[in-house]
Formats: sequence, C-alpha cells, structure tokens
Amino acid sequence: METQAFQKVYTKILNLTKATVTLKATDVGNEEMAMVHGRMGQVVKIMGDEVILQVFAGTEGIPTNAEVVFLGHSPQLKVGDQLAGRFFNAFGDPIDGGPDVEGRIIETGGPSVNPVRRKQPSDLIATGIAGIDLNNSLVTGQKIPFFADPDQPYNQVMANVALRAEADKIILGGMGLSNDDYLYFKNVFDNAGALDRIVSFVNTTDDPPVERLLIPDMALSAAEYFAEEKQQKVLVLLTDMTLFADALSIVSNRMDQIPSKDSMPGSLYSDLARIYEKAVQFPHGGSITIIAVTTLNGGDITHAIPDNTGYITEGQLFLRMDSDVGKVIVDPFRSLSRLKQLVIGKQTREDHPQVMNAAIRLYADAANAKTKQDNGFDLTDYDERTLKFARAYSEQILAVDINIDTEKMLDTTWELFQDNFAREEVVVRQEFVDKYWKK
Amino acid sequence: MERKNKTTGVVAGIIANLVIVEVEGPVAQNEICFIQHPESNLMAEVIKILGKNVYVQVFESTRGLKIGTKVEFEGHLLEVTLGPGILSRNYDGLQNDLDKMDGVFLKRGDYTDPLNREKKWDWTPIAKAGEEVSAGSWLGEVPENGMPHRIMVPFKFEGKYTVKSVVEAGAYTVDNVIATVTDKEGNDIDLTMVQKWPVKMAVKAYNEKPRPFKLLETGIRTMDTLNPIAEGGTGFIPGPFGTGKTVLQHAISKYAEADIVIIAACGERANEVVEIFTEFPELEDPRTGRKLIERTTIIANTSNMPVAAREASVYTAMTLGEYYRSMGLRVLLMADSTSRWAQALREMSNRLEELPGPDAFPMDLTAIITSFYARAGFVYLNNGESGSITFIGTVSPAGGNLKEPVTESTRKAARCFYGLNQERADSKRYPAIDPIDSYSKYLEYPELVEYLTKNISEDWLDKVMHTKTLLLRGREAQEQINILGDDGVPLEFHERFWNSELIDGVILQQDSFDKIDANCPLDRQKYMLEKVLDITEKKFSFDSFEDVNGFFKRIINELKQMNYSEWNSDKFKAYESELETIMKERLN
Repeated sequence: METQAFQKVYTKILNLTKATVTLKATDVGNEEMAMVHGRMGQVVKIMGDEVILQVFAGTEGIPTNAEVVFLGHSPQLKVGDQLAGRFFNAFGDPIDGGPDVEGRIIETGGPSVNPVRRKQPSDLIATGIAGIDLNNSLVTGQKIPFFADPDQPYNQVMANVALRAEADKIILGGMGLSNDDYLYFKNVFDNAGALDRIVSFVNTTDDPPVERLLIPDMALSAAEYFAEEKQQKVLVLLTDMTLFADALSIVSNRMDQIPSKDSMPGSLYSDLARIYEKAVQFPHGGSITIIAVTTLNGGDITHAIPDNTGYITEGQLFLRMDSDVGKVIVDPFRSLSRLKQLVIGKQTREDHPQVMNAAIRLYADAANAKTKQDNGFDLTDYDERTLKFARAYSEQILAVDINIDTEKMLDTTWELFQDNFAREEVVVRQEFVDKYWKK
Repeated sequence: MERKNKTTGVVAGIIANLVIVEVEGPVAQNEICFIQHPESNLMAEVIKILGKNVYVQVFESTRGLKIGTKVEFEGHLLEVTLGPGILSRNYDGLQNDLDKMDGVFLKRGDYTDPLNREKKWDWTPIAKAGEEVSAGSWLGEVPENGMPHRIMVPFKFEGKYTVKSVVEAGAYTVDNVIATVTDKEGNDIDLTMVQKWPVKMAVKAYNEKPRPFKLLETGIRTMDTLNPIAEGGTGFIPGPFGTGKTVLQHAISKYAEADIVIIAACGERANEVVEIFTEFPELEDPRTGRKLIERTTIIANTSNMPVAAREASVYTAMTLGEYYRSMGLRVLLMADSTSRWAQALREMSNRLEELPGPDAFPMDLTAIITSFYARAGFVYLNNGESGSITFIGTVSPAGGNLKEPVTESTRKAARCFYGLNQERADSKRYPAIDPIDSYSKYLEYPELVEYLTKNISEDWLDKVMHTKTLLLRGREAQEQINILGDDGVPLEFHERFWNSELIDGVILQQDSFDKIDANCPLDRQKYMLEKVLDITEKKFSFDSFEDVNGFFKRIINELKQMNYSEWNSDKFKAYESELETIMKERLN
C-alpha cells in the first residue's frame, strides 16, 4: 500500500512499547488502519489528541521519527469471484505470486446476522468419515471444533472433510500454520483439483503472531460474500483457534489489561463468539459452516480456550489414538454434534438414531470390560464379545481414514452387531431388527 | 431528572466500546446519550463521571468513531416502553423489535419501536371517575393474545391521583388518551396505554411482597417432587457445557404453570434462539389451547451482539416481567446465561480500570447479582390481587468448576440450586440435575410446607425427605460395591443401590423429547413417587446380586413404560399389572 498525496504524514512518535506506538494525531477513527514505518497497524485507543496504534508485526526497529500514515478505513477486503483459488495473508494481500484481486471493497468484521433472519440449520453435510457422519453428523450452518492434541492429524482430517463435503466454496483461515502444513493444504487442494473453489487466508509461524488476529475476520468476510450475495454453501476451516486466542492474550497483556482465567483476556468469550457466530443458515439456501481446530494441552478441556469454545460451538469432535487398532479414531464418547438431531433419521435412513445409540452403548460396555480386564478380573463371554465388537467398530467405523456413505456405515454396523451379539443384546426397536437383521 | 435543555458534550477518548465524553452541564449516572456518529446515532449509557469527563458504555461498535463527535444526553435512564403488544415479540437487549429491522444483518444504530402504534385494542374500562388511584392502579384492560392486559397508572407517578375520566369501551390505539387523572395540585394529566420505565430500577407499585408460599408446578419430576421452586421464587441451573442446560430451560418454559413466559437469551448461541423462534409458534400451549409463542416474549441478545446491550438485556427482561406481574399475572422469567451477563460486567470493569475481584470480575458482582434476583417475587397488589415473577437463571461455570465467582455469587441470591452433573449427562441420565447436591430452600419454608401438606398430602414432605435419604444411601452403597466388589458386600447393599436406581430411573429421569413423559402433572408425580416408595418398602427374596440387578431392571422398565403411557390409560394399567406380576415372583 502506498502513501497517497493528500494523506497527512506524521513523524513524531511519543511512546513506543513492544506492540504499540503512541502519537499525536487528529481526525482519526477508532479501529482505523495505519502504516507505521512500512508496517500495518490499527488504532486501539484514542485519548484526546493521542492515538495508540497496535503494530501487528511488532515495533522492533521503529524509530521515534518513523513515518505514520492513517489509511482512513478499518480492515478491509476486496471480494469478488477472483478470490477463488487464491492464497492471501492476514491483510488480504496475495501471497501466491498472483496478481491483485479485482473486486468490491468490504469492511471485515462487520455486523452480525439478525437472529430473526436466520433459518434453522437442516442440511446434512456428508464427510464420509463414519465417526462424524454416523455418530456426530454435521449440519450446514453449524460451528464445531476439533479438540485435539497438537500431535494428532487434525489438519489432515480437516482437509479430508473439506474436500468431501459438498460445499460450493471452502475458505481456509490458517493461524500460526507451520510452513509445512500450509504447503500440505496447498498440495492436497491442488491434487484434488479443488483449488478453484478454495480461498485461503494464511498466517504462518514465519509471520508475526499478532497478525493472525485478522485472519478469522478476513476468512469470514469472504465467506459472507459467497454465502449471502452468491447464495452458496460455504465451509470455513479455522486452524488453529488456540493460537488465535494466544495472540489475543499477548495483545491484552501488552495493553496492560487485567487477565482472567488462564491469563486470557476477560473478553475471550465475546471475542470467540463473534467469530463462531458467523456460522449461519440463510433462508435462501446460502450457508456458512465453520469447522475449527482448538488444540489442547494434554487433553485438558477445562482450560479457558476449549472451555469458552465449548459454550459457543454446537458440539466438539475429539480425536484419539486407539492403541488396540493402531489408528486415530473419532472418540464416540466425548464427541458431540448438537445439531445432529435435526438430520439423523430424517435425511438419513430411519434406523440411524437407534443404530448409533446401540453401537455406542455396546462400545461403552467394551470399555468397562477392558477396565475389568486391566484390573485382573475374569471376563464373561459377553465381555469378550464386546471387546471383539469394539475392535472391529474402531477399525471399520470410527477410524478417521474411513470413507463410505451413511447407508454403508449403517449396514456395516448391523453386520458387526450380527457377528458378535444376539438380537436382544443389541436393544434396537423391533421393526428395525426385523428389517435389517439378516442372519 | 427532567431538564429544559439537553446537555451536550464531545467525544474525548475511545477505548473499544468505552467512550469518554467531555461535557458541559449536568449529567446523571446511568443516563442515556446518543453519540452523533455521521453514519448513525450510537446509543450509550453513562457509567462513571470524573469532573467534566463522563465515561459512557456504547451499546454498539465504535468503529470509525472520531474525537470531537457531538454527544447529546437524553435526560433519562435506559428505559423500556410498556404497553399492549409485547407478547410474542422478539426484541434485542434494548427492546428493539428485531422483526421490524431491515436487511439480513443488524445495522448499527437501527432502533425500532417495540410497540405497534397502528393496531387498535379492544378497551374495557375498570376505574371509574372520582376513584383515588396511584402508580400501578388498573384503569382498564385490553385482551392481548387471550391474556387480560391491564392498563395502569404509570409506575413513575408518585402519590395519589383522582380519576377525572375514563374513555368508554371501544377500540383504541396505544397512543389514544384512555383516561385523565388529576394530581393533588389539581393539574389534569392525560394517560395513554403506553408508559416508560428505567430498566435498572425495580418496579415497586405493589402493596407487599410476602415470602413465596405456593408451589410452582413445572411438570419436571426431579424439580417439583424433590426440590420444588415456589411461585415467585428464584432458582439457578449451573452446569458445564453439554449437560443440557438449554433443553431443561426450554422444557421448564413449555410446561411451567405460568401465564407469561419471558426468555432472555443472554449471550448464547443464535441457533438456539432460532430453535425457539421455530418451535414455539408450532407448540400447542397445554394451558390455553393456543400457541405457546402467544404468551412468550423473547429478548435475544446472542453472543455476537454488542456486549453492553447484553448487560442491559437481563434488566429489560426483568422489567417486562414486573410490568406483567403488576397486572396480576404469573410470570416465568428465564435467563440463559447469567454468566455471560457477568462477563459483560467484567469486560466493562476492566476497561474502567477498576481494581478486579476474583477471576477479574468486578468486586460488587455478588451485590449486582443479589439485587437482580431480589426483583423476582410474589406480590400482593394494591387492589388485593396477586402476581409473581419466578426467575430461573442458568450459569455456565468456567471449566465446570462450581467454585467460580458467578456460581458462588448466585448461590447467595437464588433459593433453589439445580446443579447439572457431567457424569449424569455422560450416561444420558436426563435431566442431569444432581439429586443429592441440588437443593430447594423453599422446603424449609413453613408456608410452603403447609401448602404442600394441604394440596398434595399430609405426609408429602416426609416422603420427599425419605426419597432423598434413599438416594444418598444408594450412592454410599454403590461406593462400597465399587471398592469391595460385587461379592464383597452383603446382598442388602445391592438392594440399597438398586432402590436408588429405581428412584433415579422412574422419578429423576424424564424424557423431554417424549410427548407424554415431557410433562408430568403433580397428581401423577405423587402417584409415581408413592408407587416407587412402596416398592422400596417391600421385602423381596434374592439368592444372589445378579438376581437383584435383573429383577430391578425389569421393574424399572415397567415403570418407565408407565411414564411413557397416557395417565391412567389402559396401556398404563396394563404395565402396572405386569409390574405387580413381576414383583409377586420375589415376594415371600
């Protein structure tokens, strides 16, 4: 961005901290963007004629006589069909070597949808992953995170979900992505020939951490453009929201705010909600669905970040390494999709809810049997059979590398029931047993 | 606080939604002002005054706001507009009618009228010329969705007035003059159906507020039977995410014995509000035969709406409740979730650079919560009629830890505690209200006990207490069994455990998605509790602990089927006689 002739240039910085600069300036709007010594900054506080700017890239090397130019607008993005297939940084500038995008300028982080103008989400999103489609079905307009430890393959699973979901657009918001992961997403989308329906906003670990605060707004503004104006089904992937929250705490700390739980800012809930609540189903068919990643620290979900997230999102998906089958599975106990009731057995086969519950109950019995076994107690015949069922169920249904349709998931589960149990042990409504119990 | 000229000022500082205004002239704490941003006027509330600097919290985003922008002070506090036509409306936290707003996205500074000014209401006078009246006296009534909506002398009126005239029965709009009253000095004042009231002040236009003494039937067994809430009482539901807070609140609002339901969706998920918008217009109201939405008002301030308005939303809801209570109606007020409200207070306290209390919440959090809960209650109006606000709030404790400031502060204010238990939720035992940790202080009120004795049965309280004891003994027995193993304890321990499982399965658990089981009237609750207690008294003979398990599983199943069957239907009776047959097998 270049300095324009009519813009006033300030050259006297009063205060400098690690993340902010203070200067005297007039006619400046709150949240206005500025260029400080060639780096992007944003107004965070105005006191009389003193303006405090947050410099995203940090203030290392900025002299007190640095040039400061106010840009006259808050963060913005050029939207248009040309966004598709492109990679951008946190400021919406291309990072893929391609040309600038032509389009209309919109402000990011805009207002929320009037709740009375929303529609109740009701369309199933099929991902092929049975641990999701069978046990925790996703619905358009939903917001749901993966709660995963950093060593788990959440980005791979998410890329799979994105490619298999029948979305018109996929928008990737990468925060603190390692360069390897960034290239991974790029290659996967490219190889799948899906690049033309993907828009990416990426802040890698090479970029300043505070810049990633702009990523979700960029991604969701693009999403709103496609979902509202173009009435498309948009899937937004946000990874990793924990790093986003960490950036919030860095800023809040440097602004001398009093931290609340786990050194997070007191506004964490509102900050996260503002992002996740952009998920919406419009009556005209367009929708924004958000799938995010929240990395955990040793599986601790009581930490402020996953805890606040859990209160905002419509469920959560847990990944877990199942050492019995040597595969990563979607944990059926701790995962939950709050909106699945709106679609299962309605858009999927009638026996879906009952089969899902029965299988999870038997899987829970297997967990008890395993505890018994670990404690050295004798196992009953039923215990043995539940263990056998659990192994097969993990391998053929819960594993994240599965890719089958729901019909097949239900059939497979019925087969596993028949292989291991008697009819009355399964406890499914009689009419379904009559219909699907083939042996 | 009325002033001849509006006080004005200019913006002198901006920190997120906290704006500092330099003011010439008088300003009151909590006064409302409008910041004249070129794009649209932004509403704000005074929260601190330091000399010429007035700190205001803006109910909107302050993006683009500049120093020097003009501010005009309105001379009144944050007020709601009261009049017929509030029911079945969807408001935001500041009582703007959401349906009247244009466009898909909320526009900053889009303030809409909460009432319909054109609609004509069917007026019937109550007061007569010459009568002495005061604030809250009924002048007349109009039917609002089948409810008698009383038009009252405005709550702001102090002292006594004499009715000069009341218009005849007929159709009038809310702005037509419907009565004229004369004050002590002989001035005539024209009254319409509309009045305003500042939300942060409690309406006190009633004669007395006794301790609650009547049971409020909610149709939920674990509440009504074990820990009943009184009409005009207060309760709160803390629970970690995923334990069914919202489902429980919706169930209560559907079936509780109330004339008016007000739901404050305070900083929660928009899709949950959409669920209410979608479901309530479809749901038949079991009490009136109309649709549930007709006696419901929703205050929607979802989590992505401005934080300051979130703080206002619970007060807006409470004031609407007080308005309907003054008409002699029973109001049920639900707020989901009060933690989000407390967080809004925390954000503002933080920006004001106040010294923080625990977890960075403001020091006066307990005082704020307590005085809010105190606005609920059962009242006798000046005309001898009664009205009530029963308030139930949910709390979302951080990390599921009940030792956090919002839960602890609320515990001091609310008389009923319905703690949701993660383990119960995980094992799908819904509602997940913990039967042992939860309590109702009203069971200690002699007034309420007298009511229960008179209206249910002489020994009801004894039975309830006995049930609680059985649950506790069951839990103790279970712990012993877990430590010593199934064979390591006497058979009696298994029986104790299964007696508590019996109570759990039949009384505590309730399927709020089942048409019949969702709502359990009091006489049915009494029947089932007595049935269950009767079973726990019986002496069965068992050979092994496996016998105990198998037997109890069967009888629990029969009793559950009874819960799922129409009350006293043939099906219900069939299951009951099957139950008797099963029991005979084991009776000596």
